[in-house]
Amino acid sequence: MPRPRIFLCLLTLTLFAWPSSVVMASDISSIQDTSMSLPSWDMLLRVLLLKDYNTRVVMFGTMSLGLAAGVIGTMMLLRKRALMGDALSHATLPGIGLAFIVMVQFGGTGKYLPGLLLGASLSGALGLACIMTIRRWTRLKEDAALGIVLSVFFGLGVAILGIIQKMQTGQASGLQSFIYGKTAAMLAQDAKMIAVVALFTVGICGLMFKELKLLCFDATYAQSQGWPILRLDAIIMALIIIVTVIGLQAVGLILMIALLVIPPAAARFWTERLFPMILISAGIGAASGFAGAAFSALLPRLPAGAIIVVVASFIFAMSLLFGTARGIVHRLIDHTNLSRKVAQQNLLRALYERSEGSRSLSKQNLSPIASATSSSFKRLLIARSWSPRKLRRTIRHAISQQLVRSRQDNRYSLTRNGLAEARRVVRNHRLWELYLIHHADIAPSHVDRGADELEHILGPSMVDELLGLLAVKHPELAVPPSPHAINSRSAIGIAGKYRPKTGSSKRT
Amino acid sequence: MDWTSLDTWIVITGVLSAMSCALVGNFLVLRKMSMMGDAISHAVLPGLAIAFLISSSRGSITMFIGAAIAGLITALFTQWIHKFGKVEESAAMGVTFTALFAIGLILIVRGADKVDLDPGCVLYGAIELVPLDTITFLSLTLPRAVWILGSVMLINILFTLVLYKELRLTCFDPALATTLGINANVMHYVTMTLVAITTVASFESVGSILVIAMLIVPASAAHLLTNRYGLMLAMSMIFAAVSAVLGHISAITVPTWLGFADTSTAGMIAVVAGLLFTCTMFFAPHQGILSKVWHRLRLSLRIASEDILGKLYRLEESTSDQPTLAQSAVFPANKWISRLARADLARTRKITRENNTYRLTEQGRFLAMQLVRSHRLWETYVAKHFDLEVDHLHDSAERTEHYITQTMQQDMIEELSHVKTDPHGKKIPDQPSSEDSIVDPKQKGGQA
Repeated sequence: MPRPRIFLCLLTLTLFAWPSSVVMASDISSIQDTSMSLPSWDMLLRVLLLKDYNTRVVMFGTMSLGLAAGVIGTMMLLRKRALMGDALSHATLPGIGLAFIVMVQFGGTGKYLPGLLLGASLSGALGLACIMTIRRWTRLKEDAALGIVLSVFFGLGVAILGIIQKMQTGQASGLQSFIYGKTAAMLAQDAKMIAVVALFTVGICGLMFKELKLLCFDATYAQSQGWPILRLDAIIMALIIIVTVIGLQAVGLILMIALLVIPPAAARFWTERLFPMILISAGIGAASGFAGAAFSALLPRLPAGAIIVVVASFIFAMSLLFGTARGIVHRLIDHTNLSRKVAQQNLLRALYERSEGSRSLSKQNLSPIASATSSSFKRLLIARSWSPRKLRRTIRHAISQQLVRSRQDNRYSLTRNGLAEARRVVRNHRLWELYLIHHADIAPSHVDRGADELEHILGPSMVDELLGLLAVKHPELAVPPSPHAINSRSAIGIAGKYRPKTGSSKRT
Repeated sequence: MDWTSLDTWIVITGVLSAMSCALVGNFLVLRKMSMMGDAISHAVLPGLAIAFLISSSRGSITMFIGAAIAGLITALFTQWIHKFGKVEESAAMGVTFTALFAIGLILIVRGADKVDLDPGCVLYGAIELVPLDTITFLSLTLPRAVWILGSVMLINILFTLVLYKELRLTCFDPALATTLGINANVMHYVTMTLVAITTVASFESVGSILVIAMLIVPASAAHLLTNRYGLMLAMSMIFAAVSAVLGHISAITVPTWLGFADTSTAGMIAVVAGLLFTCTMFFAPHQGILSKVWHRLRLSLRIASEDILGKLYRLEESTSDQPTLAQSAVFPANKWISRLARADLARTRKITRENNTYRLTEQGRFLAMQLVRSHRLWETYVAKHFDLEVDHLHDSAERTEHYITQTMQQDMIEELSHVKTDPHGKKIPDQPSSEDSIVDPKQKGGQA
């Protein structure tokens, strides 16, 4: 069983890798002596109760941004375009620079925010058009299209910023904040603008929920139903551009991508349904925004944008591990339970078949005798290809469940409960074997393995169905006889012959 | 423009880093992992920061190791999140690199008081300062960046040559590579290590934007120009070198035309590479947009012309007593392609036009008979073999008739034991032996 081991490796590695980078950070900062004293209780309360005007504004802004990005990011993630935001946010830079130059040329200060945002949106839209063109007309795939647009547009943006820097010293420094963000310096009007955009985004997503849902999960079907796929995609893209542009100033260009990608990816671990996923994703976005703003207010000289992203990634790591729908631990537990159940059923079947093969078996009255016969550990070990360690563990578990009884001299037999369970298991196994033989035309010597895989997951309704199919030949509801010799080694000898097993079985 | 020895060194540095990036970029583009370059080049930031904070110096080796480890961690985490968390690969990448970038940013800001490590420097690099920092080795005094990038380029070239066959196989068919005993996973991480090393080496001098651009853009452009692996590698490196040279020249000239000062060389190299890519995208011989549009146009023109010929031929068949005429009204006159086709047919003397009336020439009739023969043979063939209703045959034949060759006609007529009429009861025109022997279909009909 290599899979649980891999999971464990990953688990430990993730657990180590995540906090270690954070721990390292604090270690190093202490080496560098950058006095990071813990905030006082008083100050903590001040921040958490939103007593400061500045903190209130910043928190309001970052939370709205996280919420909007979480909602629209979900659509993007499900449309398998997680990195589209990356390319688009980089593509906004030349627009910002050009808008600045144009405004300065026309005698303005160049820092008029709506003008800069308009430029950003236009160049983002142009970047989107380029991506579409490359994808539609060349053999390059989406990844290359994104990479080309991202790097070339950003290069252009840097070149334009370079010009601006030499053109008007001092004035251009404001534009740098579009790359790295300046969350802590958010003004009330910025926060209001973010809130309006967030409301707008959420509203559009709410109004078009049904259409977007269809688009996210089955675009081809949506198209066949006559929905305008292209226009719906364009709406999602437009919303992404708007949210990105509005978030640029708050968290900066690169960390904006994180807000679009991380909360939805984390939400995916908690649910399989779209609406809860959007809610969770928006919640994670808003929570990261809140925590980021709080941290940067409490601890001096921490860039709030980066903190927001680190908080979001921490939530992601936790979701990856502990998510209830797709989390690693959850899946690991499921997997362990299943393999334990399978091993136990295999043990019961082996014990039953051993007792069935023994001479003392009488056809009419199986139960008391079967439970009386016992098998040695050695015999059980060669019944299947399992390791002694695993067999011992399985036996221990079965004994604790009172399905198997241990005797002296290392022999084991079924209890009454165990016998009932074993009969059910063996019946499923043989019903499936008979089904394969009669209805799938598989040689009796070959059915054992196929049945071995399926017997553990046959539900009651399926067993009923099988009984219905096979009832003509095997009217008894009890355990049907095995259609082949139990021991796989001797089974080869009678391959191709359907021979219900009689009392004595050949032993090698 | 005054060119100094400084400019020469800047260009040499740019060319070296662009070429090493372009070489490994080919593998990213071919394996559809271009965004990995973006992710790695952002995610090396914490590696750089930690290495710097540990060693408290800008010593190349520590920074180099730190960044290379961070790059590999990005590749590993992306792979793990994708595999164990069942997250889509691009999303896994987005989560990983933004998280690492944020951590790096925090580290830099926290340590920024005593450190001269500017995040802006990571993005744009400082290629303009390269010639000032020289190292003497083997009695050669060259800029440090030239030494580093030169060796990285050598490593990349050596690696590509040694693993030439293996890399090619894993790029184009990982499954086949695995069956042949090449571990695709190992190749993946080897490639990622190379990407990380190249990224880190190029960082200091040219910055991360240029790295991303050079990883993806030249390789993509080369991919549009050729189908051959070796040629693609070579062409991408040439593209990279050309963009580096032109990029620096335009960085110091282009802004002055508009009355500004010079600008960032790294940014302009990326822009030039983008322009080169755009040119390739439009003008590439087979993959280019113009060539594709041209081929589509040619094809639609041929189909439109053949449809016109077929229509005229059928009109000749149906009007028994009139001379073979056709009003232009019977054609979809508003479609420009149809008008173009008619003009083309008239020019090549396949039809004649007299006051809005069209008539087939001998040559045109020869082609038209071929076409109608294909059409009706196909209808007969489909009716015989596919059990379709008679009124469903026409559409299929209307599409297929343009692609049926002489040999296919011959095969079909033998398969159909020299049938004379199609399922609609219309006569299948005989194979005209040459253009001279064409006779008017009605005369022929009269003889039959």
